[in-house]
Amino acid sequence: MINEKLQLTKKDTRLSMAFIYVAFISLLIGGLMGLLQTFVRSGALTLPWGINYYQILTVHGVILGLVLTTYFIIGFQYALMKKTVGITIKERKIAWIGFWIMLVGTIMTAVTILLGKASVLYTFYAPLKAHPAFYIGLALVIIGSWVACFVNFHQLFRWKKDNKGEKSPLLAFMVVINMLLWLIATLGVAATVIIQFIPWSLGYAETINVLVSRTLFWYFGHPLVYFWLLPAYMAWYAIIPKVIGGKIFSDSLARLSFVLFLMFSIPVGFHHQLTEPGIDPTWKFIQVVLTFMVIIPSLLTAFSMFATFEITGRRKGFTGLFGWFKHLPWKDVRFFAPMIGMLAFIPAGTGGIINASHQLNAVVHNTIWVTGHFHLTVATTVILTFFGVSYWLVPVLTGRKLTKKINNLGLIQTVVWAVGMSFMSGSMHIAGLLGAPRRSAYSTYGGTEQASDWIGYQIGQAIGGSILFIGILLMIYIFINLAFFAPKGNEEFPLAEEEKDAEPTPKFLENWKLWIGLTVVLILFAYTIPFIDIIVHSPAGSPPFDWPIGNQ
Amino acid sequence: MHLHKYEKIWLIFGVGSLLLFLTIIGFGAFYKGLQPQSHMMTIDPENVEAYDAFKQENLGVTKVNDQKYIVNVVATAFNFDLGKNEDGTPLKEIRIPKGATVLFQVTTKDVVHGFSIAGTNVNMMVEPGYISSYETKLDKYGEFTLLCNEYCGLGHHLMSTKVEVY
Repeated sequence: MINEKLQLTKKDTRLSMAFIYVAFISLLIGGLMGLLQTFVRSGALTLPWGINYYQILTVHGVILGLVLTTYFIIGFQYALMKKTVGITIKERKIAWIGFWIMLVGTIMTAVTILLGKASVLYTFYAPLKAHPAFYIGLALVIIGSWVACFVNFHQLFRWKKDNKGEKSPLLAFMVVINMLLWLIATLGVAATVIIQFIPWSLGYAETINVLVSRTLFWYFGHPLVYFWLLPAYMAWYAIIPKVIGGKIFSDSLARLSFVLFLMFSIPVGFHHQLTEPGIDPTWKFIQVVLTFMVIIPSLLTAFSMFATFEITGRRKGFTGLFGWFKHLPWKDVRFFAPMIGMLAFIPAGTGGIINASHQLNAVVHNTIWVTGHFHLTVATTVILTFFGVSYWLVPVLTGRKLTKKINNLGLIQTVVWAVGMSFMSGSMHIAGLLGAPRRSAYSTYGGTEQASDWIGYQIGQAIGGSILFIGILLMIYIFINLAFFAPKGNEEFPLAEEEKDAEPTPKFLENWKLWIGLTVVLILFAYTIPFIDIIVHSPAGSPPFDWPIGNQ
Repeated sequence: MHLHKYEKIWLIFGVGSLLLFLTIIGFGAFYKGLQPQSHMMTIDPENVEAYDAFKQENLGVTKVNDQKYIVNVVATAFNFDLGKNEDGTPLKEIRIPKGATVLFQVTTKDVVHGFSIAGTNVNMMVEPGYISSYETKLDKYGEFTLLCNEYCGLGHHLMSTKVEVY
């Protein structure tokens, strides 16, 4: 089983850690911005030194939504690929080039925002115009991440060539699906940034087609959330079973659910544009239906998880209806943090179904309910799973051990996070149902009674935000400990295996041409006609507007 | 591919509820005509006055008859233009009788805005070059907040107006 080629060397760990350092630095900066936002909105704080609310909101969104997630995911995936299919010297060199391109882009974008030249929020909707360096930086981050896509594709391709006829390792298969999803989705945002925004912001193009840019953005914006979620699913399907002392429930079902996520996470962007003019409502409805197809792999996943828990518990001899549940390793933070994340996905997913429900969307669109929703999905389910991974991955990469003390601190961190998020996300959900808008600085809205009703919930958000920031400080402490101070040793890289007598995985699940082909067909079906419609019936384009964001 | 018996039951139940759910939404959308705001009319954002509804004298509330009202609004950063009263001061409030049918027609001269009346189903994106339009009945008395709920710049949170249903 132990293959020399698949042991992590100093050079591999350095690559993954480079990405993970950026991710944790982002967590601290972005989290601090989030804390300040909740204070401003509670009416208790005015930002000093002429810093604007929307500037810190832009930092928060870009650095947590785009930087933290992408860097952590790529770093984690390089470690998974090395352990399952290996990496060659050349592949690793190219991977480093990707890292540096991304880092240059990140720094460019960050500096532009900090100088107050790009307070456009992370969605950068036209015709608000940021400094061109903001868009160029974003383009570099995307292009750098494509390098990681192609390195991962090449790693699996090379392994398949060396192991003809063999089934690819499950985690390598999952990484490649996620990077395919990312590559196909980012084509949209790259197109709008490179073809529309950069020439327009530099003054080479006089106007921009606003609806085209928004449509291309949301073609990317929804699969983006699945790009965050799938690495969490990798940990759930193929790591957690090992942590709890069990086996993978079903290799085929895991692969099937990833394939379904690839197909149904992209042709669905219109559900973010439901209340927009200029898009035919029939096509909005078609994309709503496609959106809901991802419920099927989510159901598969929920079943697989609990089946693994029950089978493992019963095999250990815990009987009764819920004996297996009670005896799960609740005191092992590598299990506890992701498990709380999984449980958060129940209300989070339900909220998502509400948001995408064609008509009901008008009740919640652009209210702070939506912010509450994605703080449950990405900022609880995904991030707690990433923390759960970090507890063993960081010591594996730095040649240290997760001590009992840090494990217990991690349990506390998880509880702090869950409590803080219940306050914050809960207040956001309720205030949103009352009509309170997202993405807005403190305002009494001319003194209406409605607006005064929202203030209490905004204070609730500040309380939750403060608790969450304590959680962030704990996590940063844990990270620094695991990276630099924990005792040297060999931490286990928990890779779950299949049952000895598992049914063979059908060959068609690895038919890449079939899955990519179907994905492309679905995208063309969902977008071709409405996109042509948008272009043919488009109004005069918009010139750049820089004064509304103070970027003159 | 092998599926456990319980998993089959779980999936049949799950996918079945999903289909029922989508049927209900589709029934609402196509049979009842409950579609989200999707007005297809375009307009020149630099010359919105060329369109009758957005001429200065037609902005704000227009009474068609006792049961029918039209509200035309031009959004700009960071203001909803509801027209002027007789002595030339800008109007700052919308007043609509309870139960009347109201047609909201909104456009923007500059960036993307939101048009949301908190506590009602009036919630539209307003984009340069397009008219957003939504017809509804406001059937609760009281004071409501019309606000911009799409980020439009540094004064975004100051862009609001009162709506009174009497």
